[in-house]
Amino acid sequence: MTSKSLSDLPPVGVIGSGNFGTTVANLLARHRNVFLYVRDEKTIEHILQKREIRGHKLNKHITPINDLAELARQCDIIFPIVPSAHFREMMRKLSPYLHPYHVLIHGSKGLDITLPKGQTLETVTKLNRTQVKTMSEVIREESVVVRVGCLAGPNLSKELSARQPAATVVASPFNEVISIGKRLLRSDRFQVYGNNELIGVELAGVLKNIIAIAAGALNGMGYGENARGLLISRGVVEIIHLGRALGGKTKAFLGVAGIGDLVATCNSPLSRNFQVGYKLAQGMKPAEVFASMDEVAEGVNTVRIMKKCADFYKVRAPITSTLYKVLFEDVTVKEALDYLMRYPLNIDIDFID
Amino acid sequence: MEVIEKKNKNKRYKPILDKIPDWPVYQLSKNRKEFIEEVAEHAFKRIKEMRPTRKQLVDELEATVYREQQRMKRNRWRVDPPDESKFWAKVKEDLIELTARPLDDNATERKEDEILKRIVQRYAGEIAGNFKPSSYRFAREIIQFWFARLLNATRVKKFGAIFRNQYTLRDKIQIVGKVKQLRNLAKNGTIVMVPTHSSNLDSILIGWVIHALGLPAFIYGAGLNLFNIKIIAYFMNSLGAYKVDRRKKNLPYLETLKMYSGLAIEKGAHSLFFPGGTRSRSGTIEKMLKLGLLSTATEAQRNIYLKTPEGETPRKIFVVPVTLNYHFVLEAPELIDDYLSIKGQDRYLPEDDKYGSVQLIQFLFKFFTKGSNISVSIGRGLDIMGNYVDEDGNSLDAQGRIIDTRDYFISNGQITIDKQREDEYTRMLSQRIVAEYHKIHRTFASHLVAFVAFEMWQKQHPKLDLFGLLRLPEEELTLDYQEFRKTCKRVRKQIYNLKKEGKANHATHLKGKIDLVIRHGLENVGNFHLKRPLLMDKKGNIVTKDLNTLYFYHNRLAGYDLEKFI
Repeated sequence: MTSKSLSDLPPVGVIGSGNFGTTVANLLARHRNVFLYVRDEKTIEHILQKREIRGHKLNKHITPINDLAELARQCDIIFPIVPSAHFREMMRKLSPYLHPYHVLIHGSKGLDITLPKGQTLETVTKLNRTQVKTMSEVIREESVVVRVGCLAGPNLSKELSARQPAATVVASPFNEVISIGKRLLRSDRFQVYGNNELIGVELAGVLKNIIAIAAGALNGMGYGENARGLLISRGVVEIIHLGRALGGKTKAFLGVAGIGDLVATCNSPLSRNFQVGYKLAQGMKPAEVFASMDEVAEGVNTVRIMKKCADFYKVRAPITSTLYKVLFEDVTVKEALDYLMRYPLNIDIDFID
Repeated sequence: MEVIEKKNKNKRYKPILDKIPDWPVYQLSKNRKEFIEEVAEHAFKRIKEMRPTRKQLVDELEATVYREQQRMKRNRWRVDPPDESKFWAKVKEDLIELTARPLDDNATERKEDEILKRIVQRYAGEIAGNFKPSSYRFAREIIQFWFARLLNATRVKKFGAIFRNQYTLRDKIQIVGKVKQLRNLAKNGTIVMVPTHSSNLDSILIGWVIHALGLPAFIYGAGLNLFNIKIIAYFMNSLGAYKVDRRKKNLPYLETLKMYSGLAIEKGAHSLFFPGGTRSRSGTIEKMLKLGLLSTATEAQRNIYLKTPEGETPRKIFVVPVTLNYHFVLEAPELIDDYLSIKGQDRYLPEDDKYGSVQLIQFLFKFFTKGSNISVSIGRGLDIMGNYVDEDGNSLDAQGRIIDTRDYFISNGQITIDKQREDEYTRMLSQRIVAEYHKIHRTFASHLVAFVAFEMWQKQHPKLDLFGLLRLPEEELTLDYQEFRKTCKRVRKQIYNLKKEGKANHATHLKGKIDLVIRHGLENVGNFHLKRPLLMDKKGNIVTKDLNTLYFYHNRLAGYDLEKFI
């Protein structure tokens, strides 16, 4: 496609200039002009001069912008890709400029928690679905936008930037949103699948982070492929049990966004979640591990939240609750593993009729 | 003893449109023939789109004939037209003739089109209502007059009381909620009223409510089975009902029905249908709604936006949830039996009614002679996306900002037709309606006592499932009054909390001394049934004579998560 015809088409917005955000912006810029929302002026200056951000080169069709109103005015289609901890706050700022004709496809893999006054994630004992929300639910709660979707799947930014073959899932109850996602992202190196189970796909992306920590722990103990195979297959079962308790459908967890993402994450030693598990297994204390990282891995919070949800919904989640003990109750990885290997219930598959 | 109700504020409402000829429903029936033609034509087009090849269409027609003939064999009703077997026999014959030769998609002559046209025309005629101003007025007078006579005769126990006008229906049936808004919206837009459904009486009741609020007659989607009962059939016909035959599940019928509803709404006729599809057999507030008819509102709104020329204001459609709150449902014992047998073994259930005209009159008499009030809660108006609207009909978001509903149909700057998108919108709307039902449904003392008693018995037998519990002999079930009283109080407190959070509502009689509330509840819960679902024995304990029916009344409060307060 030539740049001339590009300017005839309406531009697309991306909010969030982290690793994944810039990667998605680059993918989109192959098809459309892109407005990339960047919070501070300095970074915009930097991008305009160097055409790169944190080592990511930026396509020439990307324009950095720091005005949400302008972004929403220019773009009917917006990809919000900010960490889950800041997602609601970002939506509140964006919401006044949104209309029902907007389409939002987010790429954040985390959960939003609303706690009762005076409670913290540490003190609250049980959590349920009125307090735990996926990002698409936050979008629906905070804005008038209904045509919502998400991106999920094995999408390690580095490999995508290197144009290695990969695929993603665009999930939305609306076929319209799925086809928009396909049209805007697809390329000869990037396959896009559609899925109507939005909540399930979002949860798959979130829950796999738990298993990633466990994969790191096994690796840190020096175990090999048998152990990893065991973990991944049992991990799928646990993700499905937890995911269904939170309103996801089984189907969503078996596809690219489920097993695909899980296998990729459990085999990527550089991911933060994997690193947490690895260091714990090497004998570091949880506090030391957290201190050694510049940003807390999403998976740590996910374990904390999901353990409490599992208690509320009375779901069996041995990997999650054992990891919880390791992370927050001073159990060592070795003790935890011994416990899991002696776990009495061992039906292979019980979620398919 | 009667627990004192808050002073009834019900007042008379002036009609919002003076003359019947101004009513949209009258306009429709005046041009009845043209309208049926239009419905048939559009339905024909729609079905052709859905079954584009000759083979697909012929298969569909064959399935339709088969189903119709099965229906006639198994389940014929008094209202069915006498010529229908002949009609379908002819269709079958023509189809056989047609399929004798291979179907060529390039052929110019398309006999199956003619057959389809014949079928949808017949269906459109069957469905169409027949609103006549003269019989509407007559039916209205009858209801007013006789109900008033009955009420006065029974309440004021003096000779000659039958001619007094001290009490009117308004004292018996309370209308609460957003009445003023409803009247405003009906002036500026098209109303789609969606009430909960528990009794065959609902249709008449809601017809009266619409009249009492000064609104023009609505068109109804009423179950054809109701037309088997002659009295009701008369009222329904005169109130502008169109007929929904739930035995017919074939594609041409369903599409014609939806087209009828959709086009009527598009033309501005206020409409009413029970989105639960049928009476709530379990007694619960509807949780799953039928999306078929509801989707016609979405589609009509989109068409209005598409067709309105620039510069004109498009007419808006407002969805108004309504709950009908009863102490007593005439058919409760049969409904719950149906429900339990479906749940128990997934059995086929024929649509039939055990109540004829005589039973209905008996019920009406009981209804007026015993103190059992009905209340009708009118919910806040919604747009077709389930957003609240203000007094002027503007859609509002959660922060109170005005939304342009048209934007929901826009893609890339233009209104587009996207069936899948609209199906999803309809599903979202149905969830909003269910949430509104729970919010506006008024909890009565009778619901409270039924719920608490049943849940307490369930708790006493934690190992029994529902069916096990229901099999227990009634004599074994007693509750200590003090325990019962304490639990009622606790659950009532929670209902107050839910009301504060905007998730529930209750009648004014639920407030006050708990002993009086319990007494009111016991006196009223299913009070006309042969076997009382709940009462107090001589020792002052709470007992039941019919646990199944108690379960039915208990279910009204299922869905509020009150179980954990038992």
